[in-house]
Amino acid sequence: MKSSVITFPGSNCDRDMDVALKKFGFNNKMVWHDDNELPKSDLVVLPGGFSYGDYLRCGSMASKSKIMQSVINFAKSGGLVMGICNGFQILVETGLVPGVLLRNKYLEFICKNVFVKLDNKENSYFKNLNKDIFEFHIAHNEGNYFCTKDQLKEIEDNNQIAIYYCNKEGKIEDQYNPNGSIKNIAGIFNKEKNVLGMMPHPERMIDQSLSGEDGSIFFKNLINNIK
Amino acid sequence: MKVSAIITLKKDVLDPQGKVIHQALDGMGFENISEVRQGKYFEIDVNENDPGKAKAVVEDMCKKLLANLVIENFKIIETQ
Repeated sequence: MKSSVITFPGSNCDRDMDVALKKFGFNNKMVWHDDNELPKSDLVVLPGGFSYGDYLRCGSMASKSKIMQSVINFAKSGGLVMGICNGFQILVETGLVPGVLLRNKYLEFICKNVFVKLDNKENSYFKNLNKDIFEFHIAHNEGNYFCTKDQLKEIEDNNQIAIYYCNKEGKIEDQYNPNGSIKNIAGIFNKEKNVLGMMPHPERMIDQSLSGEDGSIFFKNLINNIK
Repeated sequence: MKVSAIITLKKDVLDPQGKVIHQALDGMGFENISEVRQGKYFEIDVNENDPGKAKAVVEDMCKKLLANLVIENFKIIETQ
């Protein structure tokens, strides 16, 4: 299975993602933002970081970079595109997934482990997972998911909410919402469910001795789903 | 000619930075404030002499990059 991780100026989770993808069997290539063409890929990942120093709005400049036209075309033809953290911010700026990510509600940079609950397993990312609650890491300043009322209705009607912030038992309540996101939303799909944007970092949970194994479960399942 | 664009947050969008600035101003003794909203201001020098055309170019920029229309409004002002 072939994957591509796009490196933008200011990306800093691109190599972590490369390590994670390779560990679970992907033949991964790093792709520079200024390239025109994507290599043949089964999965494209927009990694976390601070692309273009978060100038203007997080992800806004990266969403207009050269490679993104190929990524958008790939997504529109049904290809799997996953944006993590800053990658999620880039995805919302391209319009591939609805909404925006605002500054965290209490104006603080949040760096901690959180629990998230999957809402919808009818997609290539979560299909066949045998659990619903995952412990992932978040590290962001602008992860406060926001969309208009009309967009929210459309998102809910189309089952586009991918993951919610919750507690260990999977309770989705305001007190477990780290950043003020509408409805505790931590990740969103596009309508067709081939594009996934989420704030948590599964690539930081791939080693029991360093962090945890929930990322390993996610990536192992993902490659099996794509095969 | 120079064209300016002012980007402001839409009414329903939470502006925590504006809130903190409001609190700071309040603490400094500026008590007669009901709300502070923070926005962005751009000055763009367009190589175009026709004001209508210059404004149209900046409007296009606002729609495509400078503003995110999910959360922001923009206003264009001809400055020179």
